[in-house]
Amino acid sequence: MPVQAIAFYLLAFVTIAAGLLVVSARNPVHSVLFLITAFFSAAGLFVLLGAEFLAMLLVVVYVGAVAVLFLFVVMMLDVDFAELRQGFVQYLPFGGLIALVIAIEMVMVVAAVATNGAAAKNPLPNASPGGVPNTEAIGRVLYTDYVFFFQLAGLVLLVAMIGAIVLTLRHKPGVKRQDIGKQVARTPKTGMELVQIKPGEGISE
Amino acid sequence: MIGLPHYLVVAAILFTIGVFGIFVNRKNVIVILMSIELILLAVNINLVAFSAYLHDVAGQIFAMFVLAVAAAEAAVGLAILVTFFRNRGDIAVDDASMMKG
Repeated sequence: MPVQAIAFYLLAFVTIAAGLLVVSARNPVHSVLFLITAFFSAAGLFVLLGAEFLAMLLVVVYVGAVAVLFLFVVMMLDVDFAELRQGFVQYLPFGGLIALVIAIEMVMVVAAVATNGAAAKNPLPNASPGGVPNTEAIGRVLYTDYVFFFQLAGLVLLVAMIGAIVLTLRHKPGVKRQDIGKQVARTPKTGMELVQIKPGEGISE
Repeated sequence: MIGLPHYLVVAAILFTIGVFGIFVNRKNVIVILMSIELILLAVNINLVAFSAYLHDVAGQIFAMFVLAVAAAEAAVGLAILVTFFRNRGDIAVDDASMMKG
């Protein structure tokens, strides 16, 4: 068996096993860690396909940002997770049935692709046509044909960032904040008050 | 010889696991969000596999956009979750109807 096949079967097995553990782990922190494992081995699959840039992107964006965000939220929320698992056994037969039906349907479609679809025509993977490196090939297409979608993706991320900030921002009353307009508008008249005090008496205020 | 169908089967199984996870973890929003991430990962594997075997880099561009949208979705979803937890002290989705209006 060539080394590529061994690597594929190993990575595919780890991806699927980690995916199963994500949905069945008792502790959500373990779920997040298995999610990281699944993303990492999926990045390995991408490397096998010749898509190195996307593999590195998956590691940086998913493992470095999304999974860590999940980990933060899971650890920050003080929730009784045992109580949230109550319906697990109850929904297991129905969920398993639906999953089985979907899996069988999709594997049948894949079998059709294997016999007389894209796979039959092109047996060899080649993620970077024309002999240019994968990253360069992506850049050449992304910044020309898909530049509008590229900027739209940036806009989506900006809106998501602002939305997340707006949702989680909390204004506590009674916190002292700097108001530059107020500070600049201050004059000696408003900032200072002269009072005449009679000897032997304090200021009543 | 590892061909396109092998990758498609992996993606199909991963997608199924994601759907299954949404079914069995109905109450736990965090695991539901993670299941959605698994589904999007399966879609990405499909896109990259077809991109490699059709010798067309456009599939990888689409996978990148899916990645961007998934990151945005996770950020907004978790922000909503944190706000929901602050208001209720609990994240059970069964009685989330209080969020209406």
